[in-house]
Amino acid sequence: MQFREHTLANGLSIVAECNDEAHTTALGFFVQTGARDETEADAGVSHFLEHMMFKGTPTRTAEDVNREFDDMGAHYNAFTSEEHTVYYAAVLPEFQRAAVELWADVLRPSLRDEDFTTEKQVIIEEIKMYEDQPPYLADDKCRALHYGQHPLSHSVLGTVDSIAALPVEAMRKYFERRYSPGNIALVGTGRVDFDGLVKAAEQICGTWKPVEAGRAAPPAPRAKSFHSVPKETSTLEYVLQFSNAPGATDEDRYAAKVLATVLGDDSGSRLYWALVDEGLAEQASLGHQDYQGAGLFMTYMACDPELAQANLERIAELFAQVQREGITDAELAQAKSKINSRVVLASERPRGRLFNVGGNWIQRREYRTVRDDLERIDRLTRNDLMDVLARYPLSDNTTLAIGPAQNLKAPG
Amino acid sequence: MKQSILSHTFASGLVLVAEPMMSLESAAFTFLLPAGCALDPVEYAGLAEVTCELTLRGSGNRDSRQFIEELERLGVEHGQSVSTTHTSYSGAMLSRNLLPTLDVYADLLRRARFPKDQMEPARQVVLQELAAIEDEPGQKLMQELRKHHYPDPWGRSSHGSESGLKQLGLTQIREHYARNYQPNGTILGVAGNFDWEALKAHVGALFDDWKPLAPQSIVAGSLPPRRAHIPHESNQTQIGIAFDSLPYNHPDYFQAWGAVGVLSGGMSSRLFTEVREKRGLCYSVYATMHSLRDRGSVLCYAGTSSTRAQETLDVTLAELVRIAEGVQPDELTRLKARIKSSLIMQQESSISRSSSIARDLHYLDRVRTLDEISQLVDGLSCESINNYLAANPPREFTIVTLGPEPLEVNLAVS
Repeated sequence: MQFREHTLANGLSIVAECNDEAHTTALGFFVQTGARDETEADAGVSHFLEHMMFKGTPTRTAEDVNREFDDMGAHYNAFTSEEHTVYYAAVLPEFQRAAVELWADVLRPSLRDEDFTTEKQVIIEEIKMYEDQPPYLADDKCRALHYGQHPLSHSVLGTVDSIAALPVEAMRKYFERRYSPGNIALVGTGRVDFDGLVKAAEQICGTWKPVEAGRAAPPAPRAKSFHSVPKETSTLEYVLQFSNAPGATDEDRYAAKVLATVLGDDSGSRLYWALVDEGLAEQASLGHQDYQGAGLFMTYMACDPELAQANLERIAELFAQVQREGITDAELAQAKSKINSRVVLASERPRGRLFNVGGNWIQRREYRTVRDDLERIDRLTRNDLMDVLARYPLSDNTTLAIGPAQNLKAPG
Repeated sequence: MKQSILSHTFASGLVLVAEPMMSLESAAFTFLLPAGCALDPVEYAGLAEVTCELTLRGSGNRDSRQFIEELERLGVEHGQSVSTTHTSYSGAMLSRNLLPTLDVYADLLRRARFPKDQMEPARQVVLQELAAIEDEPGQKLMQELRKHHYPDPWGRSSHGSESGLKQLGLTQIREHYARNYQPNGTILGVAGNFDWEALKAHVGALFDDWKPLAPQSIVAGSLPPRRAHIPHESNQTQIGIAFDSLPYNHPDYFQAWGAVGVLSGGMSSRLFTEVREKRGLCYSVYATMHSLRDRGSVLCYAGTSSTRAQETLDVTLAELVRIAEGVQPDELTRLKARIKSSLIMQQESSISRSSSIARDLHYLDRVRTLDEISQLVDGLSCESINNYLAANPPREFTIVTLGPEPLEVNLAVS
């Protein structure tokens, strides 16, 4: 396993964790852009643009793009988040060059008017699909309520109205503004020919013009509120709670992840035993998400609407108890062992490593081995977790419930 | 790459099948038990699912909490599910913890405690899961499609019915467990980094004296109606289409599977190109092979705004009918490339191999190595696929929709 790194004159960085033992190669272009870089006028443009990347370039039609990826037998896709857009492929090592060439060409798209109009319909279908299934875009609503005017309040999807009203010109401008080479990292994991990777990137991406593409990262506002949205056609009640947490450059983010595992992992956590094991909720979990300059603890629960109020009280009491009494040594050890095994299992595939190596690089310009991460987690103590709770009490949250339950109130 | 499959049948009838993947740090296992929901008595629909849930709540000398804590101490990523034919338990972990993990599962499979105080929570878990499906239109639609395409019990969903779940109790659960959690027909698939002799001896010590019973036979009922609309207040209409195809153990299976790969595999496939890329009709559209031991079918899905649902159904059906005219050489080349890389990528995942080899053994009574699958795929030609399609054109479609309004089925041939 060897880490290699190179930066082109225009600022595009190329990093790879090269493993000669691997059977496959995973490659990704990690672009530092997402919903937080949008304005009200172009809400949803990052994700829409991600779709438009597959629609062709001056030398390739959309059909060419799909066909060429399939010719390689590539497993490929893309996704957009609040702060990143990632284009990735897993291929057999002999297709490394072809895959880089294709992605690099695709990332300078034509953005043709008629493709834009057709794809707009697909995006609107995607939004309508989420409107029909739990939690009925309540995550977007809770995000907006929690973050207020902060850039992390923006929805990745946008709305049917914002997408319908978006002109192609706005997308072209956004592309010029955000897809600067200094804002992009080409990342490889698995069996990577690093010199070949640099050479291909130099030839194809070397001509990309840099522009200033910074972003503001203000601290998250403090927020505490409770909202209940009626939806009679829903069978279960769905509850989201967002509270602030350590961000991407905060050393406490490791403690936050372990704390989230103790309190809200899918299995064997406090929420699991209190609600799921008891048959009181269909799902109950808590996760940690880190962003540039901010972080979130996100609690999610789905339950019989008649149990919703009592479950809200149970969650509030569970949070209050852990705030008062902390967690046990046994819980900490159990969470560490679970995370250890998960990290190793996920890292066995080059595809699994890609998002870790790419995420570390684009967030912090750092490389960490699997071992580095595991040792960091192993050093954590109960006090580290308590410090996180002291800085970020879980009771200071924005709660949004959606479903048939009536007269829900903030617990306490 | 060289691949070997090891197997051993114990006196009890339990079959252990294993694939060493020595470059990995992990190992994974999959137990398939002949305890599927097809065996549920209609008045206790959901029995296999609740039994499975209750087995997690105490076995051997562990109670519910000790069971989970032990798995987490061993770092086991675990899961379980119930299909019409099987109840399955699987897990992946660091290879040094494989044998201690099998100890935990031996208790679960042979010495479940079924404590009284866990009965109601277990029932509530399954009732809530049943309710949750009502909120997932895509999932609900595919369940209804299987119910309308297969004769009962082969189209069932494991969560049963509200009345079945409320009526069943510990008596039925104990009976189901005693009768169907048994070695005759049970398969244990293991893949990853392990020592074969040690594994075989360990599994033998855990299961060799497990008492076998005769397998249960199932008589299928009559076919349900092939058209249905389920009214649902939503933005989108969900469309499901099914037609008969071949099971995995049929000599021509790969011909049928190749045709489905051309319809729906990769973004250059016909359904994705015609329905999504050219017309922008939907976000998600696909077709997939679904196999039982003695029958198989193709299941298709599309979800779209209700105003464009009719066009989506028309275009999708037209593509299904058109595939009978044959596949093109470039389509087959891409299909083969995709399969080749998928086979190699499977070599990076112990959990995916452990479940594949267990399933192979169920369908074929032996395991196909990745090399063998690779040769079968290499052997496909346009001529062989097209001959199959000419003799077996997609027809007699089962069509189920879920949404505000029913749709018209516009087909020249049906």
